[in-house]
Amino acid sequence: MKGLLETVVRGLGNGSVYALLALGFVIIYKATKVISFAQPALMLAGAVAVSYLVEVTGFYLAVPLAALMIALLALGIERVAIRPMVGRPVFVVAIITLGIDVVIRVVVNHYIGRDVRQMGDPWGFDQVSIGPLVVQERWLAMLAVTAVLVGLLFAFFRYTRYGLAMRAAAYDQETALAQGVSVGAVFALSWGLAGFLAAIAGMFVGTGQGVEQLTWIIALKALPAIILGGLDSLGGAVIGGLTIGVVESLFQSYQGDIAPWLGQNFAVVSPYVVMLLVLLVRPYGLFGTREVERV
Amino acid sequence: MLDVRNLEVVYDDVMLVLRGVSLTVPKGAIVALLGANGAGKSTLLRALSGLLDVHDGEITKGSITLNGEPIHHLRPAQVVQKGVSQVMEGRRILGELTVEENLRVGAHTRARQIDANLERVYGLFPVLKGRRRGVAGYLSGGEQQMLAVGRALMASPEVLLLDEPSLGLAPALVGQIRELIVEINKQGTTVLLVEQNATMALSIASHGYVMETGKIVMDKPAADLLSDEDIKEFYLGLGAEGAAKSFRDVKHYKRRKRWLS
Repeated sequence: MKGLLETVVRGLGNGSVYALLALGFVIIYKATKVISFAQPALMLAGAVAVSYLVEVTGFYLAVPLAALMIALLALGIERVAIRPMVGRPVFVVAIITLGIDVVIRVVVNHYIGRDVRQMGDPWGFDQVSIGPLVVQERWLAMLAVTAVLVGLLFAFFRYTRYGLAMRAAAYDQETALAQGVSVGAVFALSWGLAGFLAAIAGMFVGTGQGVEQLTWIIALKALPAIILGGLDSLGGAVIGGLTIGVVESLFQSYQGDIAPWLGQNFAVVSPYVVMLLVLLVRPYGLFGTREVERV
Repeated sequence: MLDVRNLEVVYDDVMLVLRGVSLTVPKGAIVALLGANGAGKSTLLRALSGLLDVHDGEITKGSITLNGEPIHHLRPAQVVQKGVSQVMEGRRILGELTVEENLRVGAHTRARQIDANLERVYGLFPVLKGRRRGVAGYLSGGEQQMLAVGRALMASPEVLLLDEPSLGLAPALVGQIRELIVEINKQGTTVLLVEQNATMALSIASHGYVMETGKIVMDKPAADLLSDEDIKEFYLGLGAEGAAKSFRDVKHYKRRKRWLS
Protein backbone atom coordinates (compact mmCIF):
# COMPACT_ATOMS: atom_id res chain seq x y z
CA MET A 1 0.00 0.00 0.00
CA LYS A 2 2.77 2.41 0.95
CA GLY A 3 4.61 1.61 -2.25
CA LEU A 4 1.46 2.16 -4.28
CA LEU A 5 0.83 5.58 -2.75
CA GLU A 6 4.42 6.62 -3.33
CA THR A 7 4.08 5.50 -6.92
CA VAL A 8 0.92 7.56 -7.31
CA VAL A 9 2.60 10.68 -5.89
CA ARG A 10 5.46 10.25 -8.34
CA GLY A 11 2.93 9.82 -11.12
CA LEU A 12 1.02 12.94 -10.12
CA GLY A 13 4.26 14.90 -10.02
CA ASN A 14 5.30 13.88 -13.50
CA GLY A 15 1.70 14.09 -14.63
CA SER A 16 1.45 17.71 -13.59
CA VAL A 17 4.32 18.48 -15.95
CA TYR A 18 2.44 16.74 -18.76
CA ALA A 19 -0.64 18.72 -17.73
CA LEU A 20 1.20 22.04 -18.12
CA LEU A 21 2.37 21.05 -21.60
CA ALA A 22 -1.07 19.72 -22.52
CA LEU A 23 -2.65 23.00 -21.41
CA GLY A 24 -0.39 24.80 -23.87
CA PHE A 25 -1.49 22.50 -26.68
CA VAL A 26 -5.16 22.93 -25.80
CA ILE A 27 -4.98 26.73 -25.43
CA ILE A 28 -3.42 27.09 -28.86
CA TYR A 29 -5.81 24.55 -30.35
CA LYS A 30 -8.87 26.30 -28.98
CA ALA A 31 -7.78 29.70 -30.26
CA THR A 32 -6.41 28.75 -33.67
CA LYS A 33 -7.66 25.19 -34.32
CA VAL A 34 -4.05 24.18 -34.88
CA ILE A 35 -2.05 21.66 -32.90
CA SER A 36 1.27 23.37 -32.33
CA PHE A 37 4.13 20.93 -32.56
CA ALA A 38 6.51 23.64 -31.40
CA GLN A 39 5.69 22.93 -27.75
CA PRO A 40 8.58 20.44 -27.20
CA ALA A 41 11.10 22.99 -28.46
CA LEU A 42 9.63 25.75 -26.30
CA MET A 43 9.84 23.42 -23.31
CA LEU A 44 13.48 22.63 -24.03
CA ALA A 45 14.28 26.29 -24.57
CA GLY A 46 12.64 27.13 -21.24
CA ALA A 47 14.71 24.55 -19.39
CA VAL A 48 17.94 25.74 -20.99
CA ALA A 49 17.08 29.38 -20.29
CA VAL A 50 16.61 28.53 -16.61
CA SER A 51 19.91 26.63 -16.53
CA TYR A 52 21.75 29.72 -17.78
CA LEU A 53 19.85 32.36 -15.82
CA VAL A 54 20.22 30.47 -12.57
CA GLU A 55 23.93 31.29 -12.48
CA VAL A 56 23.15 35.00 -12.66
CA THR A 57 19.98 35.58 -10.70
CA GLY A 58 19.45 32.52 -8.54
CA PHE A 59 16.81 29.87 -9.06
CA TYR A 60 13.65 31.58 -7.85
CA LEU A 61 14.12 34.61 -10.07
CA ALA A 62 15.44 32.59 -13.00
CA VAL A 63 12.22 30.59 -13.39
CA PRO A 64 9.78 33.46 -13.95
CA LEU A 65 12.35 35.31 -16.06
CA ALA A 66 12.90 32.30 -18.29
CA ALA A 67 9.16 31.70 -18.57
CA LEU A 68 8.62 35.29 -19.65
CA MET A 69 11.46 35.00 -22.15
CA ILE A 70 9.92 31.92 -23.71
CA ALA A 71 6.49 33.55 -23.71
CA LEU A 72 7.98 36.46 -25.66
CA LEU A 73 9.68 34.03 -28.02
CA ALA A 74 6.34 32.31 -28.61
CA LEU A 75 4.69 35.68 -29.24
CA GLY A 76 7.35 36.45 -31.81
CA ILE A 77 6.89 33.10 -33.54
CA GLU A 78 3.15 33.63 -33.71
CA ARG A 79 3.55 37.09 -35.19
CA VAL A 80 6.19 36.15 -37.75
CA ALA A 81 5.27 32.63 -38.81
CA ILE A 82 1.66 31.90 -37.84
CA ARG A 83 -0.30 35.14 -38.28
CA PRO A 84 0.41 35.46 -42.03
CA MET A 85 -1.10 32.00 -42.42
CA VAL A 86 -4.50 32.90 -40.97
CA GLY A 87 -7.21 31.50 -43.22
CA ARG A 88 -4.92 28.86 -44.72
CA PRO A 89 -5.58 25.16 -44.20
CA VAL A 90 -4.94 24.07 -40.63
CA PHE A 91 -2.75 21.24 -41.82
CA VAL A 92 -0.30 23.67 -43.42
CA VAL A 93 0.02 25.66 -40.22
CA ALA A 94 0.61 22.49 -38.20
CA ILE A 95 3.48 21.55 -40.50
CA ILE A 96 4.92 25.04 -40.09
CA THR A 97 4.94 24.53 -36.32
CA LEU A 98 6.88 21.30 -36.89
CA GLY A 99 9.48 23.28 -38.80
CA ILE A 100 9.63 25.90 -36.05
CA ASP A 101 10.14 23.10 -33.54
CA VAL A 102 13.16 21.81 -35.42
CA VAL A 103 14.66 25.27 -35.84
CA ILE A 104 14.36 26.17 -32.17
CA ARG A 105 15.76 22.81 -31.10
CA VAL A 106 18.80 23.14 -33.32
CA VAL A 107 19.54 26.58 -31.90
CA VAL A 108 18.94 25.47 -28.33
CA ASN A 109 21.06 22.34 -28.76
CA HIS A 110 23.95 24.63 -29.48
CA TYR A 111 23.56 26.05 -25.99
CA ILE A 112 23.21 22.63 -24.38
CA GLY A 113 26.31 21.09 -25.89
CA ARG A 114 27.17 17.51 -25.16
CA ASP A 115 26.75 17.56 -21.41
CA VAL A 116 23.76 17.55 -19.16
CA ARG A 117 22.92 21.02 -17.93
CA GLN A 118 21.74 21.31 -14.33
CA MET A 119 18.79 23.46 -13.32
CA GLY A 120 20.35 24.50 -10.02
CA ASP A 121 17.02 23.76 -8.40
CA PRO A 122 16.71 23.45 -4.64
CA TRP A 123 15.04 20.03 -4.75
CA GLY A 124 17.37 17.71 -6.63
CA PHE A 125 16.57 14.12 -5.63
CA ASP A 126 15.97 15.03 -1.96
CA GLN A 127 13.31 13.08 -0.25
CA VAL A 128 10.79 14.08 2.35
CA SER A 129 8.50 11.95 4.47
CA ILE A 130 4.83 12.72 4.85
CA GLY A 131 3.58 10.39 7.56
CA PRO A 132 4.69 6.93 6.48
CA LEU A 133 5.31 7.92 2.86
CA VAL A 134 8.74 8.83 1.60
CA VAL A 135 8.58 10.82 -1.65
CA GLN A 136 10.86 13.14 -3.55
CA GLU A 137 10.42 16.81 -2.82
CA ARG A 138 10.34 17.68 -6.49
CA TRP A 139 7.15 15.71 -7.12
CA LEU A 140 5.45 17.81 -4.46
CA ALA A 141 6.87 21.03 -5.90
CA MET A 142 5.59 20.11 -9.37
CA LEU A 143 2.13 19.35 -8.03
CA ALA A 144 1.94 22.52 -5.97
CA VAL A 145 3.16 24.86 -8.70
CA THR A 146 0.91 23.25 -11.28
CA ALA A 147 -2.07 23.54 -8.95
CA VAL A 148 -1.40 27.25 -8.48
CA LEU A 149 -0.87 27.86 -12.21
CA VAL A 150 -4.01 25.94 -13.16
CA GLY A 151 -5.98 27.91 -10.58
CA LEU A 152 -4.68 31.19 -11.97
CA LEU A 153 -5.37 30.08 -15.52
CA PHE A 154 -8.96 29.14 -14.79
CA ALA A 155 -9.52 32.43 -12.95
CA PHE A 156 -8.03 34.21 -15.97
CA PHE A 157 -10.46 32.53 -18.35
CA ARG A 158 -13.39 33.13 -16.05
CA TYR A 159 -13.01 36.65 -14.80
CA THR A 160 -10.70 38.71 -16.97
CA ARG A 161 -11.54 40.63 -20.09
CA TYR A 162 -9.02 38.88 -22.28
CA GLY A 163 -9.81 35.47 -20.83
CA LEU A 164 -13.45 35.93 -21.79
CA ALA A 165 -12.41 37.27 -25.19
CA MET A 166 -10.36 34.10 -25.76
CA ARG A 167 -13.28 31.86 -24.85
CA ALA A 168 -15.60 33.88 -27.07
CA ALA A 169 -13.19 33.65 -30.00
CA ALA A 170 -12.80 29.91 -29.44
CA TYR A 171 -16.56 29.44 -29.57
CA ASP A 172 -17.40 31.69 -32.51
CA GLN A 173 -14.73 33.83 -34.12
CA GLU A 174 -17.04 36.07 -36.13
CA THR A 175 -19.21 36.87 -33.13
CA ALA A 176 -16.12 37.69 -31.11
CA LEU A 177 -14.97 40.02 -33.90
CA ALA A 178 -18.36 41.73 -33.92
CA GLN A 179 -18.01 42.45 -30.20
CA GLY A 180 -14.75 44.26 -30.82
CA VAL A 181 -12.43 41.43 -29.82
CA SER A 182 -9.22 41.48 -31.82
CA VAL A 183 -8.75 37.89 -32.91
CA GLY A 184 -5.10 38.57 -33.68
CA ALA A 185 -4.54 39.50 -30.05
CA VAL A 186 -6.27 36.28 -29.01
CA PHE A 187 -3.92 34.22 -31.20
CA ALA A 188 -0.89 36.01 -29.82
CA LEU A 189 -2.06 35.59 -26.25
CA SER A 190 -2.66 31.88 -26.71
CA TRP A 191 0.87 31.37 -27.99
CA GLY A 192 2.30 33.48 -25.20
CA LEU A 193 0.47 31.49 -22.55
CA ALA A 194 1.48 28.19 -24.11
CA GLY A 195 5.12 29.32 -24.20
CA PHE A 196 4.99 30.37 -20.56
CA LEU A 197 3.54 27.04 -19.45
CA ALA A 198 5.99 25.06 -21.59
CA ALA A 199 8.93 26.87 -20.02
CA ILE A 200 7.74 26.06 -16.49
CA ALA A 201 7.22 22.44 -17.54
CA GLY A 202 10.73 22.37 -19.00
CA MET A 203 12.19 23.63 -15.75
CA PHE A 204 10.45 20.82 -13.84
CA VAL A 205 11.54 18.18 -16.33
CA GLY A 206 15.10 19.34 -15.70
CA THR A 207 14.91 19.19 -11.90
CA GLY A 208 17.12 16.42 -10.58
CA GLN A 209 18.22 14.84 -13.83
CA GLY A 210 19.03 18.06 -15.73
CA VAL A 211 18.44 18.76 -19.43
CA GLU A 212 20.17 17.27 -22.42
CA GLN A 213 19.49 17.34 -26.12
CA LEU A 214 17.00 14.49 -26.02
CA THR A 215 14.90 15.89 -23.18
CA TRP A 216 12.35 17.28 -25.65
CA ILE A 217 10.94 13.79 -26.18
CA ILE A 218 9.27 14.01 -22.78
CA ALA A 219 7.03 16.79 -24.13
CA LEU A 220 5.48 14.33 -26.56
CA LYS A 221 3.75 12.67 -23.63
CA ALA A 222 1.45 15.68 -23.58
CA LEU A 223 -0.09 14.28 -26.78
CA PRO A 224 -1.57 11.21 -25.05
CA ALA A 225 -2.70 13.59 -22.31
CA ILE A 226 -4.68 15.83 -24.67
CA ILE A 227 -6.09 12.87 -26.58
CA LEU A 228 -7.26 11.34 -23.30
CA GLY A 229 -8.67 14.59 -21.92
CA GLY A 230 -10.15 15.85 -25.16
CA LEU A 231 -8.44 18.27 -27.53
CA ASP A 232 -10.60 21.25 -26.72
CA SER A 233 -11.01 20.95 -22.96
CA LEU A 234 -8.74 22.74 -20.50
CA GLY A 235 -9.98 20.64 -17.59
CA GLY A 236 -9.45 17.59 -19.74
CA ALA A 237 -5.83 18.57 -20.34
CA VAL A 238 -5.15 18.71 -16.60
CA ILE A 239 -6.90 15.45 -15.82
CA GLY A 240 -5.43 13.78 -18.89
CA GLY A 241 -1.93 14.88 -17.93
CA LEU A 242 -2.23 13.64 -14.36
CA THR A 243 -3.73 10.34 -15.49
CA ILE A 244 -0.99 9.72 -18.01
CA GLY A 245 1.59 10.48 -15.31
CA VAL A 246 0.05 8.02 -12.87
CA VAL A 247 -0.37 5.29 -15.50
CA GLU A 248 3.24 5.63 -16.50
CA SER A 249 4.37 5.56 -12.89
CA LEU A 250 2.29 2.45 -12.14
CA PHE A 251 3.84 0.64 -15.09
CA GLN A 252 7.28 1.68 -13.87
CA SER A 253 6.69 0.16 -10.44
CA TYR A 254 4.67 -2.94 -11.16
CA GLN A 255 4.97 -4.03 -14.77
CA GLY A 256 8.28 -5.79 -14.11
CA ASP A 257 6.64 -8.06 -11.53
CA ILE A 258 3.20 -8.51 -13.01
CA ALA A 259 3.95 -8.72 -16.70
CA PRO A 260 7.68 -9.32 -17.19
CA TRP A 261 6.99 -10.64 -20.70
CA LEU A 262 6.39 -7.06 -21.86
CA GLY A 263 10.09 -6.47 -21.50
CA GLN A 264 11.99 -3.74 -19.73
CA ASN A 265 11.04 -0.09 -19.78
CA PHE A 266 7.53 -0.70 -21.02
CA ALA A 267 6.53 2.32 -18.91
CA VAL A 268 8.06 4.57 -21.56
CA VAL A 269 5.52 3.50 -24.16
CA SER A 270 2.57 3.08 -21.80
CA PRO A 271 1.24 6.62 -22.39
CA TYR A 272 1.03 5.90 -26.10
CA VAL A 273 -0.74 2.62 -25.48
CA VAL A 274 -3.33 4.57 -23.51
CA MET A 275 -3.57 7.05 -26.38
CA LEU A 276 -4.21 4.24 -28.89
CA LEU A 277 -6.91 2.75 -26.68
CA VAL A 278 -8.62 6.12 -26.26
CA LEU A 279 -8.49 6.76 -29.99
CA LEU A 280 -10.13 3.39 -30.62
CA VAL A 281 -12.85 3.67 -28.00
CA ARG A 282 -13.55 7.35 -27.52
CA PRO A 283 -11.67 9.43 -30.10
CA TYR A 284 -12.92 12.78 -28.78
CA GLY A 285 -11.47 12.05 -25.33
CA LEU A 286 -13.05 12.22 -21.91
CA PHE A 287 -14.18 15.84 -21.99
CA GLY A 288 -13.78 16.81 -25.63
CA THR A 289 -16.60 17.93 -27.87
CA ARG A 290 -18.02 15.05 -29.77
CA GLU A 291 -17.76 15.60 -33.49
CA VAL A 292 -21.12 15.05 -35.09
CA GLU A 293 -20.88 14.53 -38.80
CA ARG A 294 -23.49 13.40 -41.25
CA VAL A 295 -22.43 11.30 -44.16
CA MET B 1 -24.99 60.27 -38.54
CA LEU B 2 -24.06 57.19 -40.50
CA ASP B 3 -23.62 57.82 -44.18
CA VAL B 4 -23.04 55.27 -46.93
CA ARG B 5 -22.08 56.54 -50.37
CA ASN B 6 -22.01 54.48 -53.59
CA LEU B 7 -20.84 51.36 -51.82
CA GLU B 8 -19.72 48.44 -53.93
CA VAL B 9 -18.86 45.11 -52.36
CA VAL B 10 -17.33 42.14 -54.12
CA TYR B 11 -17.14 38.61 -52.71
CA ASP B 12 -14.34 36.25 -53.70
CA ASP B 13 -13.05 38.86 -56.17
CA VAL B 14 -15.86 38.06 -58.60
CA MET B 15 -19.33 38.38 -57.11
CA LEU B 16 -20.59 41.93 -57.15
CA VAL B 17 -23.11 41.92 -54.33
CA LEU B 18 -23.63 45.60 -53.58
CA ARG B 19 -23.87 47.77 -56.66
CA GLY B 20 -23.55 51.36 -55.56
CA VAL B 21 -25.62 51.54 -52.40
CA SER B 22 -26.21 54.91 -50.77
CA LEU B 23 -28.03 55.32 -47.51
CA THR B 24 -28.21 57.77 -44.65
CA VAL B 25 -29.06 57.08 -41.03
CA PRO B 26 -29.62 60.41 -39.26
CA LYS B 27 -28.58 60.72 -35.64
CA GLY B 28 -31.24 59.53 -33.22
CA ALA B 29 -33.48 57.99 -35.87
CA ILE B 30 -34.71 54.49 -36.57
CA VAL B 31 -34.16 53.63 -40.22
CA ALA B 32 -35.55 50.44 -41.73
CA LEU B 33 -33.88 48.51 -44.52
CA LEU B 34 -36.19 46.07 -46.28
CA GLY B 35 -35.57 43.52 -48.94
CA ALA B 36 -36.00 39.89 -49.91
CA ASN B 37 -33.47 37.15 -49.30
CA GLY B 38 -30.23 37.70 -51.13
CA ALA B 39 -30.82 41.39 -51.74
CA GLY B 40 -27.57 42.27 -49.97
CA LYS B 41 -28.88 43.58 -46.66
CA SER B 42 -26.60 41.47 -44.52
CA THR B 43 -23.67 42.28 -46.78
CA LEU B 44 -24.33 45.97 -46.24
CA LEU B 45 -24.29 45.44 -42.48
CA ARG B 46 -21.07 43.43 -42.72
CA ALA B 47 -19.50 46.24 -44.67
CA LEU B 48 -20.61 48.69 -41.98
CA SER B 49 -19.16 46.67 -39.11
CA GLY B 50 -15.98 45.56 -40.89
CA LEU B 51 -16.84 41.87 -40.94
CA LEU B 52 -16.52 41.43 -44.71
CA ASP B 53 -13.03 40.00 -44.31
CA VAL B 54 -14.34 36.87 -42.63
CA HIS B 55 -16.47 36.14 -45.68
CA ASP B 56 -13.82 36.99 -48.25
CA GLY B 57 -15.62 40.16 -49.19
CA GLU B 58 -14.09 43.49 -50.05
CA ILE B 59 -15.26 47.07 -50.47
CA THR B 60 -14.16 48.07 -53.96
CA LYS B 61 -15.78 51.48 -54.22
CA GLY B 62 -17.56 54.08 -52.19
CA SER B 63 -17.33 55.18 -48.60
CA ILE B 64 -18.90 54.80 -45.19
CA THR B 65 -18.65 57.71 -42.80
CA LEU B 66 -19.71 58.08 -39.20
CA ASN B 67 -20.21 61.75 -38.34
CA GLY B 68 -18.06 62.68 -41.32
CA GLU B 69 -15.22 60.34 -40.39
CA PRO B 70 -14.52 57.48 -42.82
CA ILE B 71 -14.80 54.04 -41.16
CA HIS B 72 -14.88 51.62 -44.10
CA HIS B 73 -11.19 50.75 -43.87
CA LEU B 74 -11.21 50.02 -40.14
CA ARG B 75 -10.96 46.62 -38.50
CA PRO B 76 -14.06 45.31 -36.65
CA ALA B 77 -12.60 46.11 -33.23
CA GLN B 78 -11.98 49.72 -34.26
CA VAL B 79 -15.47 50.07 -35.69
CA VAL B 80 -16.96 48.93 -32.38
CA GLN B 81 -14.65 51.36 -30.61
CA LYS B 82 -15.96 54.18 -32.81
CA GLY B 83 -19.51 53.37 -31.77
CA VAL B 84 -21.07 51.08 -34.37
CA SER B 85 -22.25 47.72 -33.01
CA GLN B 86 -23.94 44.95 -34.91
CA VAL B 87 -26.40 42.33 -33.73
CA MET B 88 -25.81 39.55 -36.19
CA GLU B 89 -28.49 37.55 -37.91
CA GLY B 90 -29.40 34.38 -36.06
CA ARG B 91 -28.45 35.85 -32.67
CA ARG B 92 -25.06 34.10 -32.47
CA ILE B 93 -25.08 33.67 -28.71
CA LEU B 94 -21.91 32.27 -27.14
CA GLY B 95 -23.74 29.17 -25.96
CA GLU B 96 -21.09 27.76 -23.64
CA LEU B 97 -20.75 30.98 -21.67
CA THR B 98 -23.14 32.28 -19.05
CA VAL B 99 -25.50 35.17 -19.76
CA GLU B 100 -23.37 37.62 -17.82
CA GLU B 101 -20.18 36.40 -19.49
CA ASN B 102 -21.81 37.00 -22.87
CA LEU B 103 -22.56 40.55 -21.81
CA ARG B 104 -19.01 41.02 -20.52
CA VAL B 105 -17.63 39.92 -23.88
CA GLY B 106 -19.82 42.60 -25.45
CA ALA B 107 -18.16 45.15 -23.17
CA HIS B 108 -14.71 44.22 -24.45
CA THR B 109 -14.03 47.68 -25.88
CA ARG B 110 -15.72 49.56 -23.02
CA ALA B 111 -14.27 47.92 -19.95
CA ARG B 112 -14.57 51.05 -17.82
CA GLN B 113 -18.32 51.42 -18.24
CA ILE B 114 -19.06 47.76 -17.62
CA ASP B 115 -21.05 48.22 -14.40
CA ALA B 116 -23.20 51.09 -15.67
CA ASN B 117 -23.89 49.24 -18.91
CA LEU B 118 -24.75 45.99 -17.12
CA GLU B 119 -27.29 47.91 -15.08
CA ARG B 120 -28.74 49.49 -18.21
CA VAL B 121 -29.06 46.15 -20.01
CA TYR B 122 -30.60 44.44 -16.97
CA GLY B 123 -33.01 47.37 -16.72
CA LEU B 124 -34.07 46.89 -20.35
CA PHE B 125 -34.20 43.10 -20.12
CA PRO B 126 -35.19 42.02 -16.60
CA VAL B 127 -35.44 38.40 -17.84
CA LEU B 128 -31.71 38.32 -18.37
CA LYS B 129 -30.98 39.48 -14.85
CA GLY B 130 -32.90 36.52 -13.46
CA ARG B 131 -30.80 34.14 -15.53
CA ARG B 132 -27.46 35.90 -15.41
CA ARG B 133 -25.61 32.85 -14.04
CA GLY B 134 -27.37 30.46 -16.41
CA VAL B 135 -25.72 29.01 -19.50
CA ALA B 136 -26.70 31.18 -22.46
CA GLY B 137 -27.26 28.22 -24.78
CA TYR B 138 -30.27 27.16 -22.69
CA LEU B 139 -32.16 30.44 -23.11
CA SER B 140 -35.28 30.50 -25.26
CA GLY B 141 -35.19 32.12 -28.70
CA GLY B 142 -36.65 35.40 -27.50
CA GLU B 143 -34.31 35.56 -24.54
CA GLN B 144 -31.36 34.83 -26.80
CA GLN B 145 -32.37 37.71 -29.07
CA MET B 146 -32.56 40.00 -26.06
CA LEU B 147 -29.14 38.78 -24.96
CA ALA B 148 -27.74 39.47 -28.43
CA VAL B 149 -29.14 43.01 -28.38
CA GLY B 150 -28.00 43.53 -24.80
CA ARG B 151 -24.52 42.30 -25.66
CA ALA B 152 -24.27 44.87 -28.45
CA LEU B 153 -25.48 47.60 -26.08
CA MET B 154 -22.65 46.74 -23.68
CA ALA B 155 -20.31 48.55 -26.08
CA SER B 156 -22.31 51.80 -25.63
CA PRO B 157 -22.87 52.12 -29.38
CA GLU B 158 -23.92 55.32 -31.04
CA VAL B 159 -25.41 53.36 -33.91
CA LEU B 160 -26.95 49.93 -33.42
CA LEU B 161 -27.23 47.66 -36.47
CA LEU B 162 -29.95 45.06 -36.04
CA ASP B 163 -30.03 42.19 -38.51
CA GLU B 164 -33.46 40.56 -38.49
CA PRO B 165 -34.21 40.68 -34.79
CA SER B 166 -37.64 39.15 -35.36
CA LEU B 167 -36.27 36.07 -37.13
CA GLY B 168 -37.90 32.90 -35.87
CA LEU B 169 -39.79 34.52 -33.00
CA ALA B 170 -43.45 34.14 -32.07
CA PRO B 171 -45.67 37.15 -32.94
CA ALA B 172 -46.06 38.13 -29.27
CA LEU B 173 -42.28 38.17 -28.88
CA VAL B 174 -41.88 40.20 -32.05
CA GLY B 175 -44.10 42.83 -30.46
CA GLN B 176 -41.94 42.78 -27.37
CA ILE B 177 -38.73 43.16 -29.38
CA ARG B 178 -40.33 46.01 -31.31
CA GLU B 179 -41.09 47.89 -28.12
CA LEU B 180 -37.56 47.31 -26.87
CA ILE B 181 -36.10 48.76 -30.04
CA VAL B 182 -38.23 51.88 -29.57
CA GLU B 183 -37.09 52.11 -25.94
CA ILE B 184 -33.42 51.71 -26.87
CA ASN B 185 -33.84 54.40 -29.50
CA LYS B 186 -35.46 56.72 -26.96
CA GLN B 187 -32.42 56.32 -24.76
CA GLY B 188 -30.39 57.92 -27.52
CA THR B 189 -29.14 55.12 -29.74
CA THR B 190 -29.52 55.45 -33.48
CA VAL B 191 -30.89 52.24 -35.03
CA LEU B 192 -30.53 50.74 -38.48
CA LEU B 193 -33.09 47.96 -38.61
CA VAL B 194 -32.79 45.28 -41.27
CA GLU B 195 -35.97 43.27 -41.50
CA GLN B 196 -38.09 40.95 -43.56
CA ASN B 197 -41.01 41.70 -41.29
CA ALA B 198 -41.78 44.96 -43.09
CA THR B 199 -44.92 45.81 -41.12
CA MET B 200 -43.04 45.72 -37.85
CA ALA B 201 -40.03 47.59 -39.17
CA LEU B 202 -41.99 50.37 -40.89
CA SER B 203 -44.28 50.86 -37.91
CA ILE B 204 -41.38 52.15 -35.79
CA ALA B 205 -39.00 53.56 -38.39
CA SER B 206 -38.99 57.15 -39.54
CA HIS B 207 -37.49 56.34 -42.91
CA GLY B 208 -37.29 53.20 -45.01
CA TYR B 209 -35.06 51.87 -47.77
CA VAL B 210 -35.93 48.95 -50.02
CA MET B 211 -33.13 46.88 -51.45
CA GLU B 212 -33.20 44.47 -54.33
CA THR B 213 -30.32 42.63 -55.98
CA GLY B 214 -27.68 44.85 -54.48
CA LYS B 215 -29.32 48.20 -55.13
CA ILE B 216 -31.53 50.58 -53.23
CA VAL B 217 -34.68 50.67 -55.34
CA MET B 218 -36.86 52.84 -53.15
CA ASP B 219 -36.26 55.34 -50.42
CA LYS B 220 -39.14 57.12 -48.72
CA PRO B 221 -40.39 58.15 -45.30
CA ALA B 222 -41.80 55.10 -43.55
CA ALA B 223 -45.39 56.34 -43.66
CA ASP B 224 -45.21 56.78 -47.44
CA LEU B 225 -43.73 53.33 -47.87
CA LEU B 226 -46.53 51.81 -45.82
CA SER B 227 -49.08 53.29 -48.19
CA ASP B 228 -47.12 52.53 -51.36
CA GLU B 229 -48.92 50.13 -53.65
CA ASP B 230 -45.86 48.08 -54.58
CA ILE B 231 -44.67 47.77 -51.00
CA LYS B 232 -48.14 46.79 -49.91
CA GLU B 233 -48.29 44.02 -52.41
CA PHE B 234 -44.78 42.64 -52.38
CA TYR B 235 -43.68 43.20 -48.79
CA LEU B 236 -46.78 43.55 -46.67
CA GLY B 237 -48.79 40.92 -48.52
CA LEU B 238 -51.94 42.98 -48.87
CA GLY B 239 -52.06 44.44 -52.31
CA ALA B 240 -55.00 44.98 -54.57
CA GLU B 241 -55.25 41.29 -55.21
CA GLY B 242 -54.12 40.21 -51.78
CA ALA B 243 -57.59 40.16 -50.35
CA ALA B 244 -59.01 37.20 -52.19
CA LYS B 245 -56.44 35.07 -53.91
CA SER B 246 -57.44 31.84 -55.51
CA PHE B 247 -54.93 29.22 -56.50
CA ARG B 248 -55.62 29.96 -60.13
CA ASP B 249 -54.13 33.42 -59.72
CA VAL B 250 -51.08 32.32 -57.81
CA LYS B 251 -49.43 30.94 -60.91
CA HIS B 252 -48.57 34.33 -62.32
CA TYR B 253 -48.08 37.75 -60.99
CA LYS B 254 -50.76 40.05 -62.33
CA ARG B 255 -48.76 43.12 -61.64
CA ARG B 256 -45.11 43.39 -62.49
CA LYS B 257 -42.79 45.09 -60.09
CA ARG B 258 -41.67 48.37 -61.52
CA TRP B 259 -39.39 50.63 -59.58
CA LEU B 260 -39.82 53.88 -61.41
CA SER B 261 -40.28 56.16 -58.45
